[in-house]
Amino acid sequence: MKRTLLELNVNGELQQAPTRPTATLLDVLRDGLHLTGSKRGCDQGVCGACTVLVDGRPARACLMLAVDCQGRRVTTIEGLNESGEAAAVQQALAENGAIQCGYCTPGIVVALVDLARAGGGASENDVRRSISGNICRCSGYVKIVEAAVSLLGGKASDGR
Amino acid sequence: MDGEAKLRGVGDSLPRLDAGDKVGGRARYTDDLFRPGMLHAALMGSPYPFARIISCDTSEALALPGVKAVLTGADIPANRWGGFINDETALAIDIVRYVGEPIAAIAATDLATAREALDLIEFEFEELDPVLTIDAAMADGAPLIHENFAEYEKRPGQGDLAPNQVSRQSIIEGDVEAAWADCNVVVENTYEVQAQSHVYIEPCSALAEVDESGKVTVWSANQSIYKVQASLSKALGLPMSKVRAITPPVGGAFGGKSGVTVQPITVMLAQKTGRPVKLTLSRTDDMMMMRSRHAARVRVRTGAMADGTLVAHELDVIYDGGAYAEDSAAVLGFGLLMARGPYNIPHVKLTGSAVYTNKLRAGGFRGFGNPQVTFGTEQQIDEIAVRLKMDPIDLRLKNALQTGDLWVGGQTVTSCGFRECLEQVRDAADWPTRRQAPAANGKRRGISVAGVSHICGLLGTSAIVRVLEDGTITLNTGAVDIGQGSDTVLAQICASSLRLDIGRVNLVAPDSDASPYNWGTGGTRVTYMVGRAVESAAGAALEQIRQHASEIFECAPADVELRDGGHVGIVGVPEKELSFAEISGRAHYVTGGPIIGTHALVYDGQEFDPKRALMDHFPFARIGTYVFGAQVVEVEVDEVTGQVEVLNVWSAHDVGRAINPAAVEGQIQGGVVQGLGYALCEELTWEDGQPTNPTMMDYKVPGALDTPTNIHPIIVESEEETGPFGAKGVGEPGLVGVAPAVANAVAHATGVRLTRLPLTPESVLRAMTAE
Repeated sequence: MKRTLLELNVNGELQQAPTRPTATLLDVLRDGLHLTGSKRGCDQGVCGACTVLVDGRPARACLMLAVDCQGRRVTTIEGLNESGEAAAVQQALAENGAIQCGYCTPGIVVALVDLARAGGGASENDVRRSISGNICRCSGYVKIVEAAVSLLGGKASDGR
Repeated sequence: MDGEAKLRGVGDSLPRLDAGDKVGGRARYTDDLFRPGMLHAALMGSPYPFARIISCDTSEALALPGVKAVLTGADIPANRWGGFINDETALAIDIVRYVGEPIAAIAATDLATAREALDLIEFEFEELDPVLTIDAAMADGAPLIHENFAEYEKRPGQGDLAPNQVSRQSIIEGDVEAAWADCNVVVENTYEVQAQSHVYIEPCSALAEVDESGKVTVWSANQSIYKVQASLSKALGLPMSKVRAITPPVGGAFGGKSGVTVQPITVMLAQKTGRPVKLTLSRTDDMMMMRSRHAARVRVRTGAMADGTLVAHELDVIYDGGAYAEDSAAVLGFGLLMARGPYNIPHVKLTGSAVYTNKLRAGGFRGFGNPQVTFGTEQQIDEIAVRLKMDPIDLRLKNALQTGDLWVGGQTVTSCGFRECLEQVRDAADWPTRRQAPAANGKRRGISVAGVSHICGLLGTSAIVRVLEDGTITLNTGAVDIGQGSDTVLAQICASSLRLDIGRVNLVAPDSDASPYNWGTGGTRVTYMVGRAVESAAGAALEQIRQHASEIFECAPADVELRDGGHVGIVGVPEKELSFAEISGRAHYVTGGPIIGTHALVYDGQEFDPKRALMDHFPFARIGTYVFGAQVVEVEVDEVTGQVEVLNVWSAHDVGRAINPAAVEGQIQGGVVQGLGYALCEELTWEDGQPTNPTMMDYKVPGALDTPTNIHPIIVESEEETGPFGAKGVGEPGLVGVAPAVANAVAHATGVRLTRLPLTPESVLRAMTAE
């Protein structure tokens, strides 16, 4: 299949990659640009391991065509590493024992950074909703949620 | 020590060593690796559950620009490998035995091309009658799934097997037949448990490279570099010294990566093309090609006296092994060993088999045969309590095993915190109050319990502790951290053994060219077994440090004491002190290299007692030390929909000693949620041999909103004297009792006992309305 040269704004830099028209954003990020922090867990938009920010909003890189991302701002976990919100989220996850295998972790960091940027206190339910599209098979979510609630301040469990 | 930061080691909830890499997306898993000139590969799966391959035409696929190699069963060595029975090849040869079984592999310059080329391969099949259930497999005149079974290489002692039977074993103690007469109450039921998919978030992946001498290097997601090396050696007909297995970070495994996965075919493509090849399965390929938990049918009968004393327990299990034998024999043997549970029952008859069917192979999955039998046994104990109008925790306490009691098979239990686990979940759950708690309108409410037992131990384990010239430490074990945190725990054990801060311990990534032997990550064994090796290897290094110090101090080695922070001194002489750096520096000049302490072991506890128990075809002579737990689940059942909502889980586990309490809690919480998936929503399904839900859209793994907020891990420490700092394992037990605890709670809530997993709203509602 023919490839065209695609120009993408990734992590604040214009990047070029030869790309098939059918390639997803995740294909280009991982195989074209070797930004491998975004993980491919299902390639069907379910597991959330490939979550990135597109124009500042969380998006599944495996569900977006790369060509549709031209002219938009794509931020991956590698780009977020520079930000204060990410550092705080990352530290909270690490110190609360919320990391196990780590494959879902970059996607969860991106989702929680988005929640942090929304401002205001986040309740346990807010946190759970914000990561409801991120499947973690190791942790049972408990420590992830505890870490996020401890950081983003919120109400205690409502005992639902 | 005054003025110095506390040494971080055993007992501290330290962050994982790799937490920083993982939160920043910098951890490089296998699929994140690229090599110069690397090709990408994809596999084609069989469309039929059972068929003969008549012909195959790959010419069009080969002609597609970018395609560098196409392999089918006709192109690969017919070397078979397996766990107990060598029945597998890298691609199906002549016969396909399950839908999804790899039948062709393509390497191309990019993945899209490789996948496109798969569609250009033409296969012609002759369909055979598939064998899709346990009953069909055992039926008289059933088609033989492996027609050459008799010729396969097998581990000795498999005995006479019926057609399509992979293994058959039994453990018998006392006289069950005679004992029923002594029972005032006997319950009997048949339980059915489903196939559960591992759904580690990282699909199976391998990257292989071959050098000019023919030596193969394979980076892959696995649970044992040495199993990868041995299997590749067998599959490829290469000496082990020509196979180097390396494990990058692993994105979850849960048993699903304990055998060989895509490594052999990836290597064959690399050999064929002379270029590095990476093969990462798509999620659907992974779910259709790799493995699942064994579905099983468990017939159980349990009897007790009127006062609740358990007298007799008879259990027969048939595990559905799928198309290849893999670890089925071990799953069966271990399942039988766990089938009595942590109770003193004098008369037991535990029998079982594993059979081939034309479905995805089943393999090890967190619990390893234990959740299947425990689903039966723990429901029967609950039923007996109901029949005798006894409290289910009291009944369990009455029969609970204690330290010094015998496990089935005759092994003495050396540390048993089972009673404490039961007492602690009872207290934490405010059990008497919640047992009586009223339900909301339209709901039924219930709470109940399950006991848990498991082992940790098993085979070859070793460790090398090196004291570098500057007094820092390099620890090398070959053990694979599959995400559970063993690297951190082993570094903690090493640090505390040497009374150093963990920051001074460097851990070597598993590499079969460099690491000492490790049998594998599985069986809840790494903390206990590798931890023991690390502690002893550190001890061996200390002996040498003592010797060097005594020569410098001109004193007896016995007068040299270890001091905090990497120092030794003379007992009673505070000012006489040397650092590890000074001693290791000296060693480099005096003995020619660093101080190296090593240790190797296999589980060395008591063997089973054949005079006491009849253990027929049992695959283990000794297996490990026992771990215990108790799990309480509180549920609310919707009367209209049948939906089971889990309100609370209390999960207490006897871990010997928690080396890293936060990591222990994480294992318990994660195990509980995987167990809730098993109990309530996860099931791989087939229709006429075709998988019907091999995607994460159709196969439901619990998400953050499906999971109860109130999961309460409770750590019980029984101090196992053989364990490192008293520790045992905790990797698997958190899952084991969840499903029966849920079923028991549903029975308490509704009065209805469900015997088939998962407890879907439909099945619960149907059972409730049938009442």
